[in-house]
Formats: sequence, C-alpha cells, structure tokens
Amino acid sequence: VVAALTKKVKKKKYQMAAVKESGEKLWTLPFDARFPNQNQTRNCWQNYVDYFRCQKIKGEDYTPCEYFKKVYSHVCPDAWVEQWNEQRENGSFAGKI
Amino acid sequence: MSTWSQINLMDPSSYIMSQMNLFHDHAMILLVGIFVFVILMGVSLLKNKFHGRLVHEAQTLEIVWTIVPALLLVWLALPSLRLLYLMDEHPQSSNTLKAIGHQWYWSYELPAKDNMMLDSYMLPEESLESGQYRLLEVDNRPAVPYSFDTMIITTSSDVIHAWTLPSLGIKMDAVPGRLNSMNINPFVPGIFYGQCSEICGANHSYMPIVVEAISMEDFTNL
Repeated sequence: VVAALTKKVKKKKYQMAAVKESGEKLWTLPFDARFPNQNQTRNCWQNYVDYFRCQKIKGEDYTPCEYFKKVYSHVCPDAWVEQWNEQRENGSFAGKI
Repeated sequence: MSTWSQINLMDPSSYIMSQMNLFHDHAMILLVGIFVFVILMGVSLLKNKFHGRLVHEAQTLEIVWTIVPALLLVWLALPSLRLLYLMDEHPQSSNTLKAIGHQWYWSYELPAKDNMMLDSYMLPEESLESGQYRLLEVDNRPAVPYSFDTMIITTSSDVIHAWTLPSLGIKMDAVPGRLNSMNINPFVPGIFYGQCSEICGANHSYMPIVVEAISMEDFTNL
C-alpha cells in the first residue's frame, strides 16, 4: 500500500513540475508599481514612449531597450501601436521622444 | 452558461467566484431571516389583541432593536470586506489576453502566441450544429491555461462594451481609449460563456464572449 501511494505521489509531483515548467516558458508583463490599479492605459503609453526614448539615447542596437518593446506589445492593443507608429512617421505623435 | 430556468448564480469556475457564491448564500441567510421575522411580526400585530396604551419610551426595546441590527450588519460586513480585499489581490499573472470590443464582435490578441489576433463573431442560428447554444456560440474562441492566472486587458475601438464571464466572476467595461485589467484563474478546463454587458447599439445582445480553458501543455503547444 505504501509503495503504491509513494508511486502516486511521485507521479503527481512529476506532473506538477511539468505543468510549472511549461508555465515558466510563458512570459507576461511583470507587476509595475507605478501602475498598480486597474487602469493600465498609462502603462502601455509609458512603455511605448520609453522604448523609443531608449533607442534614441542608447542607439537602435542596444538590446536592453527591447524590454520596453516586450512590455508594450503585451499591454497595448495592436491598433494603438500601429496608429502611434504612423503618427511618429508623420511627425504628429503627441509624446516627446 | 445559464439555462432557461436558472434562478441561482452559475456554478463557479474560479475560487473568487466560489467565494462570491458563498457570500451570496451568507447574505441571503440574513435577508430571508429578516424577511421572515418581519412577516411574522406583521401577522402577529394584526392578529393579537394586546394593547399598549400605557407604554412610554420603552427604553429596553429601543436599545435591543438598535443593537441587534447593528450586530447583524457587522455580521454581514466582515465577510463582505474579506471578499472585497480578496478580489482586489493582483497575483503575478502567467499569461495575458487582450479583448477589444467592436460593434458588434470581440477581437482578441494573444501576446503569448506572438500577438495572434482572433475575431470572434457570434454564430448565427442557421449555422449552429446540434447541441450548440443559441446566441452564445462564436466562430473563434481564445484559449487560456487553467490553474494559471491570466490577465485580461480590455478596451474598445468604438463605443463602451463590457467583457464578462459570470462563471469566473468577472465583468469589466471595455472603454475606448482606456485599458482595464483584471485577472482570471479558472480551476477547471472548460468553455466559459458570457455576453456583452454594456449597451452598445443594435446588436448588443449578439456579441457573446467565449473563452476556452485548456491545460498549460496544450496552450504552449497551440
């Protein structure tokens, strides 16, 4: 009985580890204390603007800037990102980069 | 999903919702108790032949019927506040799902799958298969992993809509120009249904929300 139970526990632990591992492959935006509440609009805006500011200051090949891009692509709807990209190209973007 | 003769809340699919169901039961105990008490008092008042011409002030009675309701309200408030703060917790989520409301469909973006986009239109009655639910089924439904926290970010491209999944206990307005975030954590795999909950025009009743909760393994292999 003990052997059977031990086998069950081991199998469960293996399954839980597998689930945890596959969960760790997923990345999502971490908690940002500047935006602790429900309204994440500013989170999206700030990371979008910070990405381009980072690129401007550090150059386009500076890979740590990609963190901001990762965050804004998770938070911001594609439509907003496309609209802002167009505005930046037109020179009509409201943010200061 | 709700069935035609349903009068109670839906079966919960997340711990928050099951806590809400329990709190609902708790509140109903109080309300039904008060209601029955009032009915009894009313019937008794009408039927008895007692008179109280000489009763003045009645201090004890006044004290009792002030303190007892106050205690009953405290009894109601403590679990209520506990649930309120429980709902307000923001666990670090494992996954994000963006839900954008349009007139009159939902579109979803899954950042975990390279921002895969899905447009989710209601299936018209003519194209329903046997066993499918009228006004609830959609052509494409997003998937989330069960037993993991998923952050839902909702907004709208035109008018205000509202994204809701009653069995997960969430409802959030999808406001144009604003990103509202909420967390879901289904504890079972399954398909969850909801309907747009903010009047948004002619087809407001015909833009349902369907989410499928699958295992994390299946989700990563999607």
